[in-house]
Order: sequence, then structure tokens, then C-alpha cells
Amino acid sequence: MGFREFGVSSGGTLDSFGLRVTNLLVGNDEGAAGLEITLGGLQSRFENDRVVAWCGGEFDVQIASTPLPACHAAHVRAGERLKFGWPQIGCRAWLAVSGGIDVPSTLGSRSTDLRAQFGGFEGRTLRDGDQLPLGKFRQLQTAATERISTWTAPHDWTSPAKRDPMLRFIPGADWNRFNAPTLRRLTSEAFAVSPDSDRMGVRLDGSKLERMDNVDLISEAVAPGTIQVPPSGKPILLLGDCQTIGGYPKIGHVITVDFGVAAQLRAGDHARFSEVSLADAHRLLLEREREFQRFRVGISLQSS
Amino acid sequence: MFRFAQHDKITPMEIIPLGDSALIVRVRERFEDAPEETLNEVLRAFQRIRNAAIPGVIELALAYTSVSVFFDPVTVAKATETPDKLFEWLATRIRAAVAGGADPSRTARSSPRSVEIPVCYDSEFAPDLDHVAEHAKISPIEVIDLHCTGEYRAACIGFVPGFPFLSGLARKLATPRRDVPRKEIPPGSVGIGGAQTGIYPLRSPGGWNLIGRTPLRLFDPDKNPPTLLRAGDRVRFRVITREEFESFKR
Repeated sequence: MGFREFGVSSGGTLDSFGLRVTNLLVGNDEGAAGLEITLGGLQSRFENDRVVAWCGGEFDVQIASTPLPACHAAHVRAGERLKFGWPQIGCRAWLAVSGGIDVPSTLGSRSTDLRAQFGGFEGRTLRDGDQLPLGKFRQLQTAATERISTWTAPHDWTSPAKRDPMLRFIPGADWNRFNAPTLRRLTSEAFAVSPDSDRMGVRLDGSKLERMDNVDLISEAVAPGTIQVPPSGKPILLLGDCQTIGGYPKIGHVITVDFGVAAQLRAGDHARFSEVSLADAHRLLLEREREFQRFRVGISLQSS
Repeated sequence: MFRFAQHDKITPMEIIPLGDSALIVRVRERFEDAPEETLNEVLRAFQRIRNAAIPGVIELALAYTSVSVFFDPVTVAKATETPDKLFEWLATRIRAAVAGGADPSRTARSSPRSVEIPVCYDSEFAPDLDHVAEHAKISPIEVIDLHCTGEYRAACIGFVPGFPFLSGLARKLATPRRDVPRKEIPPGSVGIGGAQTGIYPLRSPGGWNLIGRTPLRLFDPDKNPPTLLRAGDRVRFRVITREEFESFKR
């Protein structure tokens, strides 16, 4: 159970699916805590041998001086450094470490709420010199023989970042408050990602989305993926750390299977939107989950 | 898109998708016409949906006229025989739960709690008290008097963790939000935003008119439940002096 009724958002990585996949690669439970790295720059040294894997944007990642591609499990030895460079495409990466990041659980979660400043590691982003506790390491048999495993996950799971992605959405409750030209613009034009975007939401700039009415709406729930349109007419795509309620009209909702793509949007990128049905959104999600379960079985065969 | 309107004689209820992993149950269309009645009805729907323990439902929240239901489509799909009609299946279960006759158990929610909140209205904590007074064309003392004799109800907890949106503000005190929001508001600040009053639980930006401060902590992530107030609570404010404010803090 979550704590949304108390105004607490679900938190966690912006691409929870990506972290589930990388966790499996390092032998963790899929829900183990990992690190979210924004725009690179992380350098970390390990005190004991671990298995690591990452996914996300197009980052240049190295262990010692060996390049580590996305979603390949790799052995890091005690004392070695893992480095994340600046991403060519996208802005976020997720790092899983065997044993998981062993911070205390707050409100049933190890994730950090940056806005309310609790959870995770002292309720804040990491700084130079922080020492993160890691959980018990489960030795992977494959890791002992290979520095970097050849085994990997499907490309669109592990590297979803694109400069000009197409995001699929279903119409929102206030779809009919917008005029026909606005709805056409939403599905035919590109929207530029503005620099003042963060984990709460991606602010988009493009031609103005105009409402036909100006009725004051009663505040109700919003969710990650919601595309809301404030009076400025510039849409905001809400992400994982979004507030729990809102009073702006909801023109649409990006579907869950595209959250990984949305999480990579950075200033200068352009997003386009294409409409799908709710049934299609569910079908795509269930299909991906079936593939994920096959992947899980494959991993467990590899490491047994 | 999916839109179901039920023309039941008691509840004209609407269930609308909020993306593919959540939905909104609009219990009523309007709030201000009958806040007390609406809130009770929404609370009842919230409790009944919760008690129904529908497979795949992760969490519920409520706000003014509606209950939101967050679910995991994968778990829901396993529970239904028609995974291609997930939403319809959930909507049917929710309708049945909300319609479901007598409440199975007398829970803590069935009668709202009453919570008294001490507030110090000293000028140091009330940078917008004069503005609210001017807007209402009354004296600052009358503003304090009206504010702390009011009876309020938490219509929603949200925006940030633990922020109560309180309905029941004296009409006279309704004051539009500030044109330029403050960048940082101290925790415990009591404000007026439009026709509502509320309390900032955390240091955060905000545009409400600040008229006082409470020494109580409204959000504590190490407690369960983590908030002082819940949706549906009856709330009253009690004037305290600066000295009393300090002694609360200790």
C-alpha cells in the first residue's frame, strides 16, 4: 500500500522497469534499491567485489578503464572505480549493484523524496565523499568467469533515450475541453523540452494548446504520465515525483510502457505524441511483462 | 475514450481513466454547493472501495469530489478472465463496492476525527494578515477572530505530503493567492488561498496569504500514518501566544 492519501507520491526511479531489468542482471530482487544518475559525473569506488549493471541514456561508462555498455553485468573488484561520463543522448541512468543500496526503508520504500526531503540517503541527492551502505552480496557464478557478461537485455528496454521521441498517450478526462485545432497540434507537432524540467515534470514548449472553456476545475488526482495544460497553454508532462493532486486540465496521459523514454527527455529534445487506446496501453504493458518474465527465467538458467 | 455515467438515483457516478494504471471515481460533480455532504459521500466511497480489497489495487486517495484508485494492470489482468477489458472489469468492481449497501464494519473513518490546531497569529508569523484584513475590509483582529472560530474539514491532503486543504473558511476571509508566490515558506505556516485555508507542512514555495503559524508537525515520515491530518477530519484553530508557541516547540 502506498501513502498517496497523505500526499506522498510513489517516488522511486523514473524508469522503474529499467531498474527491475538491471537488478535481475546483477542477481538482485527486481525491487532492490539502485542509483539514479542524472547527466553523469558519478565516480564511485567499491570497497569489496560487486557485480554491477546499468541502463538508461547513452552514457560513456567505464570500470577502471574498460568501457561498460548498457545492461551487461560486470564484475567490479575492491578498490576499482566506476565512472559515468556525460550522456550523448538522454539524461538519466540507473545503476544496480549486487546486494542493492542498503539505506533504511521509510514509509515502506528506500527511495528519496527530494521535495519533502526524506527517505533514501538522508533525504537528499548524493554529494562528494558520501559512503553508501550496500546489502549482502549474492555471488553470481557467471561473474567469476567473465569480467563483462555477454548476456544482455533487449535494446529498447535498456537504452530507451531518443532525441526526438514519439510518446504514446491516451486521452485525458479534459480532452473535450480543447478545440479541434489544438488536438490536431498535439498529435502532429513537436514540443521542445524546456530547461526547467525535473523529476516532477517535463515542461514543454510549442504552439499554445487552447481550451474552449475557462471553467475552474475542481482539484483531483494526477499521476505520473499525466499531460496537464496550465493557462499558459504550454503542456507539462508529469513524471514520478509529481504532486498527488492538480487543478489544471488533463489533456492526456503517456502510457506506462513509454515512461522509460519520457524519463530521458532533456532540454533541446523534441517530443511528439501519438494517440492509442486504453486497451492498447494495457496490451502493450502485459506483453512487455510476459517478455520480462521470460527474461527472468533466462537469467536464472544462465546463473545456475 | 472510456466514460461511464451511471444514472443511479443516489449517485450519478463517473469512472474515468487517469492513464493506464489509475482511475478517478467522480462521486459528485460539485463541491461548494454542499461541502459537508459531498465529503461524507466521498469518504464513504473511499472506505467501501478500500474494504472491497479489489485485486491489483495499490492505493487510494481522495480529493473534494472524487476518489482516485491506483492499480497494477498486471495483477488486475491475472484476476480477471477478460484481460483485454481490464478497465471495465475494475469499473464494475468499484461500482459494486460503492453501491454495496450497509458498511461491513464500523471503522475509524465512519465518524470524522476532531483535531484542534494551536496557531500563533503574531505579526512575525503573519506577513499577509494586514492584506487579508484590507481585502475583507475588517481589522486584523477580526480576521483572527473569524479564522479561529471557524469549523473546518480537510477536503483533501496533498500537493505536498501532509498539506491539508481545509474547507469552511468564512466567506469574508476568501483572498486570492499572491501574484508572485514566495520562494520559501516556513513549515507550520497557516495560509489562505482563495476560499480555502491550509497549513504548509514543509519548507516549500507557495502563493497563499500567510496569517499565522502552528508549532505542530504536520508531516513526519517516520510515523504511520505520517500526517497529523487526514481527509475528512474536522479541524479547529486555537489562538496561542508567542510564549505558548515556544513551549510547544520544546
